[in-house]
Amino acid sequence: MTPFDSDLRPAPAGRPSLAVGLRNRVHRSEALRGYLLLSPALAVLGVAIIAPLILLIVMSTWSMSGFDMLMTPGLGNYAIIASDPIYAALLGRSLKIAAIATAATVLLSYPVAYFVAFHVHRHKMLWLILLTLPFWTSYLMRIFAWRVVLGYEGVINSALMSLGLIEAPMQVFLYSQTAVTIALAHAWAAFAILPIYVSLEKIDKSYLEAAADLGDNAARRFWRITLPLSLPGVVAAFFLMFIPTVGDYVTAAMLGGPDGMMVGNLIQAQFGPINDWPMGAALALVMTLAVAVAGLAFLLLTRMIRR
Amino acid sequence: MAATEPFHSPNRPLALYALGFTLFLYAPILFIPLFSFNSGLYARFPLQDFTLAWYAELWTRGPVFAALQNSLQVGLTVAVISTVLAVPAAKALARYRIPGKGPILGFMLLPLVVPGLIFGVALLVLVSRLGIPLSLWTVGLGHIIICLPFAISILLPRFEGANRSLEEASADLGENAWWTFWRVTFPTILPGVMASLLLTFTVSFDEFIIAFFLSGTDPTLPMYIWNQLRFPQSFPSLLALSTLILVVSFGLVLASLRLARLNRDLPGRKTS
Amino acid sequence: MISIQNVSKTFGRVQAVRDVTLDIARGEFFSLLGASGSGKTTLLRMLAGFEGVTSGKIVIDGQPMQDTPPHLRPINMVFQNYAIFPHLNVRDNIAYGLRRLGTPKAEQARMVDAMLEMIALPGYGDRLATQLSGGQMQRVALARALILKPKVLLLDEPLGALDKQLREQMQLELRSLQRQLGITFVLVTHDQEEALTLSDRVAVMSNGQVIQVDTPSGLYDRPVNRQVAAFVGTMNFFDARIRAQGPDTSAEIAGLGRHPVAPSARRDGDRVLVAIRPEGFALSPQPPEGPGPRVAGRLMARQYLGGRQLLHVAVEGRAAPVAVAAVAHRGQDPWEGMEDNPVWLGWSRDAMTVLDAD
Repeated sequence: MTPFDSDLRPAPAGRPSLAVGLRNRVHRSEALRGYLLLSPALAVLGVAIIAPLILLIVMSTWSMSGFDMLMTPGLGNYAIIASDPIYAALLGRSLKIAAIATAATVLLSYPVAYFVAFHVHRHKMLWLILLTLPFWTSYLMRIFAWRVVLGYEGVINSALMSLGLIEAPMQVFLYSQTAVTIALAHAWAAFAILPIYVSLEKIDKSYLEAAADLGDNAARRFWRITLPLSLPGVVAAFFLMFIPTVGDYVTAAMLGGPDGMMVGNLIQAQFGPINDWPMGAALALVMTLAVAVAGLAFLLLTRMIRR
Repeated sequence: MAATEPFHSPNRPLALYALGFTLFLYAPILFIPLFSFNSGLYARFPLQDFTLAWYAELWTRGPVFAALQNSLQVGLTVAVISTVLAVPAAKALARYRIPGKGPILGFMLLPLVVPGLIFGVALLVLVSRLGIPLSLWTVGLGHIIICLPFAISILLPRFEGANRSLEEASADLGENAWWTFWRVTFPTILPGVMASLLLTFTVSFDEFIIAFFLSGTDPTLPMYIWNQLRFPQSFPSLLALSTLILVVSFGLVLASLRLARLNRDLPGRKTS
Repeated sequence: MISIQNVSKTFGRVQAVRDVTLDIARGEFFSLLGASGSGKTTLLRMLAGFEGVTSGKIVIDGQPMQDTPPHLRPINMVFQNYAIFPHLNVRDNIAYGLRRLGTPKAEQARMVDAMLEMIALPGYGDRLATQLSGGQMQRVALARALILKPKVLLLDEPLGALDKQLREQMQLELRSLQRQLGITFVLVTHDQEEALTLSDRVAVMSNGQVIQVDTPSGLYDRPVNRQVAAFVGTMNFFDARIRAQGPDTSAEIAGLGRHPVAPSARRDGDRVLVAIRPEGFALSPQPPEGPGPRVAGRLMARQYLGGRQLLHVAVEGRAAPVAVAAVAHRGQDPWEGMEDNPVWLGWSRDAMTVLDAD
């Protein structure tokens, strides 16, 4: 008995109705279906990112009069930021701290990423998890940990004292730019390692074999093949870390002291104790712009080097 | 084989360096549990007696439990919402030829690099202008922004790695898009969904910067810790609390990473 | 049954299928043969509904189908890598499509058992799909599609992933299954031998276009151009020029001399190609008897192919040697050790196919 003589399926309707027509349009257009699936996420991000940013831009043109917000647009806040050197200094310091911390992290992470990509064979996954796990712990917690380590009566000072190396606790550790830089570098290491690792891992090993075959020694192979090919990962690592660190304020607030204050702290203060939201909005936008300019400059620089 | 040897030989100095780097990564964090068992009020050497007193004291603090409950509430809600939003989005990005795919993905992943401060103040400005009171809900909204990129970056490879012809086979066998999703797509991405839930929960649970700007009178756990840092006598129990949070976070992240790679090598996955 | 009318498909700027018109009869075993990138897979996917048509119509059993989504088409498909659902067992894989039809559970079980019997995998129902071999997955994929009693079964390179021996066995099974069920099969393949073995008719595709639709023997014996002739089997091509016209038409063939050919619209002096299969020649150590055309040459090399052999003969006026097919005799082969000796090539007028010069 072969059951293949009849057709169980309903025949499609002869004339398509409007609904069917619409369904067919959606069926035929991949792009339409795609946008439909993307729309909930995009709507939420639109509400939660675009709308507030637009409002932030608008608010940056307002001003404060006592406790009242004056909604007459003007560039007063920007004029103040441009004229008072404290803002430029703070912004410059933020960029400097972020740049140093980022450069240090990328430089120190590169050999580790290289090690995992080229010299670890069996336990690659284990190493990657080990290296990225701290990143997933609370940001606050990691800075908290640095306070424990660097504090006036913290791990380093008390250890040095109990070893008899110093008499009294040293001041250099906590509440300094160094402390902020170290903590930032430590906190973002995983963000730097991953992109570098990915770009190194992608390098076809036969390029290196070809270079060896053509007479390059290990150092020259690294310099002429590995490094140029991993540069995109290095650039990505730089951006992934530099941008968020410029805007950091928790690290500076907990470890920086007055010398380690960053522009993020000032922005936070405008929305907190100082209560000048329009100024805070203007500062946030100026900071974003500064990051973008710095990032662009870096990108152009690497492009030029690569030529 | 001789040609490949130079690239696979062990490099002892490099291995030592990597080991040292890893130690540096963990060292400061490991002092937290160390001192949480130390009977001294200050986190300093030499260590004093071993004690569980700080954990016991934690148990008596009512606000800790309130904060924990707040964090759980926000974390669970955020995890579910961002994963539910990310599943269709990741599917669209992985499967469909869409004009502007690159910029859309870039926009969605943007919160990974934009300083949390910017989102915090921008959302604060928006909700206050709209007259919405600050609450756990506003914290949750902020957390969705930063969790969505994580959910998408976990689910995207899941969809990309899955064998697309499985879904075509389902359609070919007469199932419409809805049933194809539940009978074929969902079972194949389930580990990714679980991983996304765990990871987004962890991110929200640990998040501080956005919560700082957007929380009202109910603090999340990190907010509670921040507020208590002012009081030196709270310090040891904060160490105990942080130790517990560390353990839970590590556990959740490990579970999530494990799930994310589960079933990666099932036959029938992408072969062509 | 299936009528493909002026169907085209463009992806961005790439024209994958260009103005294809084909009719496939009910119960026919039809193949789309072509190299990768020839548009055959795109055409199959348009039949299944996974790709929309850019223009043209696809009519199945009198119903226009080009806008119908795949799950509503009376067509099922065996995928290239089988697409067996890895999270379901064999039974659930085979029964997958029955849910929508609302078949009662007991009936489903009976149908699946009948299918398992048919594909010779009884008792495999509870195996996980991931525990199957390639050949078994292929059978399950067939059963999963056939249980829905489709009007048309599409097969996308279904045997490509199997090793040679299994492939030949599955070819036989596929052919007899199709005969038995009477369902229209449309097969996509790049393997000309597979297409010729299995199909009632074959459409040769190249560059998104159908170059020739014919029976296997028609393709082999009467290729329309050099491309088809070269794609299907081995072929000797000779540059040639038409001499005289009408009933006396003959061709001046490089290396073979001037010989009468079938009259055509071609005119005196036209450049053409004369194609002769290796089987079209007879090779002999002495000048052949009878009136047929012949030419002297020298045996250059023997290529043993197991049971048969190709003998490569150099002739004057032609750079490449002519390939001649011969039986390979066990033990005493007449051509053994005959390399470098003079031989004679004979052929009949029917063996020559005149094609346009490229």
